Amino acid sequence: MTEPLIFEYSSASRQGFVADSDARPNLLAEVLRTDELMLPSASELEVVRHYTRLSQQNFSIDTQFYPLGSCTMKYNPRVCNRLAMLPQFLGRHPLGPVEHGQGYLQTMFELQEMLQVATGMAAVSLTPMAGAQGEFAGVAMIRAYHESRGDEARNQIIVPDAAHGTNPATATMCGCEVVEIPTREDGDLDIDRLRAVAGSNTAGIMLTNPSTLGLFERQIEEIAAIIHAAGGLLYYDGANLNAILGKTLPGDMGFDVIHMNLHKTFSTPHGGGGPGSGAVGVTERLKPFLPVPFVQKVDGRYTWATEEQYPQSIGRLSAFMGNAGVLLRAYVYMRMLGRTGMERVSDFAVLNANYLMVCLREAGFEVAFPERRASHEFIVSLKQIARETGVTAMDFAKALLDYGFHAPTTYFPLLVPECLLIEPTESESRRSLDGFVAAMAKIRDAAYSDPDTVKQAPLTMPVRRLDDVHAAKQPDLVWQSAESGQRKG
Amino acid sequence: MPFVPHTESDISTMLSRVGVAALGELFDEIPAGLRIKGLEGIGPALSEAEITQLMQMRARHDGEPLCFIGAGAYDHYVPAAVWDIATRGEFYSAYTPYQAEASQGTLQVIYEFQTMLASLTGLEVSNASLYDGATAFAEACLMAVRANRKNRSRNILVPRTLSPAYREVARVMLKGQRIELVELPMRDGISDLKTLDNLSAGDFAAVAIQNPNFLGSLDHVDVLTDWAHSGGALVIGVANPMALALLKPPGQWGAAGADIACGEGQPMGIPMSSGGPYFGFLVCRQAVIRQMPGRIVGRTVDLEGKPGFTLTLQAREQHIRRSRATSNICTNQGLVATAATIYMSLLGAPGLRSVATSCNANTSALVEALIALPGVTRSFAAPFFHEAVLAFDRPVAGVLDALSSNGILGGYDLSADYPELGNALLVCATEMRSAADISAYADTAREILGAAA
Amino acid sequence: MSEVPESCLYTKDHEWLRLEDDGSVTVGITDHAQEALGELVFVELPEAGAGLGVGDACAVIESVKAASDIYCPVAGEVTEANASLTEEPELVNSSPYGDGWVFRLRPEDAKALDQMMDAESYGRFLAEVED
Repeated sequence: MTEPLIFEYSSASRQGFVADSDARPNLLAEVLRTDELMLPSASELEVVRHYTRLSQQNFSIDTQFYPLGSCTMKYNPRVCNRLAMLPQFLGRHPLGPVEHGQGYLQTMFELQEMLQVATGMAAVSLTPMAGAQGEFAGVAMIRAYHESRGDEARNQIIVPDAAHGTNPATATMCGCEVVEIPTREDGDLDIDRLRAVAGSNTAGIMLTNPSTLGLFERQIEEIAAIIHAAGGLLYYDGANLNAILGKTLPGDMGFDVIHMNLHKTFSTPHGGGGPGSGAVGVTERLKPFLPVPFVQKVDGRYTWATEEQYPQSIGRLSAFMGNAGVLLRAYVYMRMLGRTGMERVSDFAVLNANYLMVCLREAGFEVAFPERRASHEFIVSLKQIARETGVTAMDFAKALLDYGFHAPTTYFPLLVPECLLIEPTESESRRSLDGFVAAMAKIRDAAYSDPDTVKQAPLTMPVRRLDDVHAAKQPDLVWQSAESGQRKG
Repeated sequence: MPFVPHTESDISTMLSRVGVAALGELFDEIPAGLRIKGLEGIGPALSEAEITQLMQMRARHDGEPLCFIGAGAYDHYVPAAVWDIATRGEFYSAYTPYQAEASQGTLQVIYEFQTMLASLTGLEVSNASLYDGATAFAEACLMAVRANRKNRSRNILVPRTLSPAYREVARVMLKGQRIELVELPMRDGISDLKTLDNLSAGDFAAVAIQNPNFLGSLDHVDVLTDWAHSGGALVIGVANPMALALLKPPGQWGAAGADIACGEGQPMGIPMSSGGPYFGFLVCRQAVIRQMPGRIVGRTVDLEGKPGFTLTLQAREQHIRRSRATSNICTNQGLVATAATIYMSLLGAPGLRSVATSCNANTSALVEALIALPGVTRSFAAPFFHEAVLAFDRPVAGVLDALSSNGILGGYDLSADYPELGNALLVCATEMRSAADISAYADTAREILGAAA
Repeated sequence: MSEVPESCLYTKDHEWLRLEDDGSVTVGITDHAQEALGELVFVELPEAGAGLGVGDACAVIESVKAASDIYCPVAGEVTEANASLTEEPELVNSSPYGDGWVFRLRPEDAKALDQMMDAESYGRFLAEVED
């Protein structure tokens, strides 16, 4: 079952793809390397088999229900991939003249416009390459805005305690101080605490709405009023945009700047960890600070906006124009949905979440906020089961793998003990949701009848539970061949 | 309905189970004043056939000009197997491998990726990728400031010959933390070593060295590395992995080698694709691993003692350390790194050396062909890998426009980034450019230069 | 119930301090803290000679699932760090008040120790936290 490392296939004489050249480099020997490169020398078929077999050791949306909370693992339509990989798009050099890119630039311009409509923002830049970089762009714009007005003391970013880790990490990267605000029992923000901390040092607040608890923040208008009155700005973390698409707009809620995870809401693939896209949108007053480049239309011709045109821009975030191929996939997806399809995304993402929540509650599971409506995701707490049987949320996660379901997000948000954050997305049928409920119930029954077996899970995966402590204490991050041996990487 | 599987009967069953009469009621916690009627301004849906026709038309409109631009993105041949395998659904539609037992495929690929990058750069440990070369450089600067225990400097010495885009991105990303880039001047297309006499390495957390540099030239990597280390600065080597098939890697520069290496991974099987997605790589010495940003995969054992792979050293990362994490990065470029791993596996060391050598030879041939034209000379004498700077007797922009209308992208105009170089053009001919392509460029350029003169 | 020796003083950040005969102060994390973190995999130590102020983040204690900063409880100069933790971070788990100490410092003002909780107060504090 174990697939060897690609290096272990190697035989010195073989090479998968023959690039023929008799040429010798026109360079002095002193600049050349003399050591052996640790690269495989396997045949093409060996390489193809090796990576195909490795792929088969993955769970994926194409093969399993993947209800990972906060990650929006919806179906990634194949046609989006095919059209983003048209040879002319793949072959286009990023610094090529716009005359050889009008088709591509028009597509990007229309994507910017669609994202503006979907979020209620005045302008969009597509350059951030992932959600965290979108966050960086957002906080950097907030800082630039305050600085442009000579209001330089504002260095605090307010973040709810339930926020994604990227929010406080981003604030730190931007040189800001993080002020954490607690969440109330009912899942909304502690607004009295917010009132107490908002003031002349407040640069802004970073909020996800619906929150990471899977709840719509009902006091959002009041929060916006408090922050704006204090002179701060509101940043919208678009991780959960799938829940509200076509129902309400971050712009109307009072947000000044937002990022969107196109790899969540707009269905570009997660690719085993990326690439993503964290496009940012802003209201009119932050427009001068948008990261360049973005596409503009002048006299029917599409061109890139530059630093010269936007001297107050926070600048560039990538060597070129961001993750173009991801943006093409998002564009294709949005055009295929159209207006009605886009509005239905949130209808069915939220229907699926509420249906799954009700089914799990009726099956006897404890839902974290039973009196609230779920957004596109919700939290189950396994605290009682853990106390009574010793079977934890992590054990449930591993046991679900044996039932052919990817685990929900575990132990996040940190506020709810032994939690599973479950996000089914609109892609899943009732049948797969019912199957998940049945598996959860079986694992729960097993937790009471035979907890030791549940704690052994998974039993059907390529490996059993891995020793994380060993991995961290004696990091083995790079393979060493038996011959090259001694130096341990 | 596109991409929603429910039948009408499913919907009514589900609504009644939830206890609402209509879909709209599911949104009853959104204040009424914030509800909208829908997304006016978004057009009607297109069918798969319609969107296919539209995108094909736009792609055709952009054409496939003959590309002699490099400047950080390179037109290499990508074997068919690379993206055929990388876009298998099991790689394409998987998430970050947090559930290790259900993600051994992605994890093992990244472990192999880390091994290949460590070998190419001559360093010890690699992460699982960053966004692109520019952000990898910025992260390397941040990492160096944290890792340097010999001084508390927040300055990084950066040659003027280092990619202008990388310097700009680093400036943007370092600004909030008050880390400054100090410019090392250039002379004849490489770092001006004379200016080191007026500087003290101890005033810098790190010295960055790009080799080959943005202008294609090979720099004084050994002298600069030893100078930096003598004063207690760390060395950040910025490299093109294709060049590393031939050139002495950062880990072997000077007496002790660079401490951190980073760069753009695009040449390893990634199409130019209008600038992305590419991937940045970041590799370092074991001693500074805890300052590394981004995900890292380690090999360990399962409870039966069988080898397996898992994300490790996660306490550095934002989902655990929050405001005190090494970086805010979460999503990286996993799928692109997967493609690069397959590419490097298919080519192996001899294949990469062969491609790199062809690039070097083709660019040499291109330079010879172009300097044979009247009014074109080489700007610098320094040896180059696969890019070189040519000086023209007239503004480059007009020449490039004329070439472009003949379906040739003639290079990158340096006049905005390096006005001191005059009418300077950065050209590149990868292994993809045949002798006929090079002749076509030279012949067209001859006509353009002759006609205008 | 975790161990709380009488011989130490405590902070709300679950650090302990012990005044040694030579006037230096030894600092570590409490039994409660090590248990909450789980098996430790890495400890980043302060360097001897470093001058620290109250509240300075001066060491990092890592398990697989968490990383925790140690904030300097009293101002002073670091005289020694427990080098054996570099190879054996698990000493903090097995012997938090003994071989698992983290660093020693010479306090600027020994009176600062008066601000700390004694074993009894920390015990009460723990009872509230664990509730």
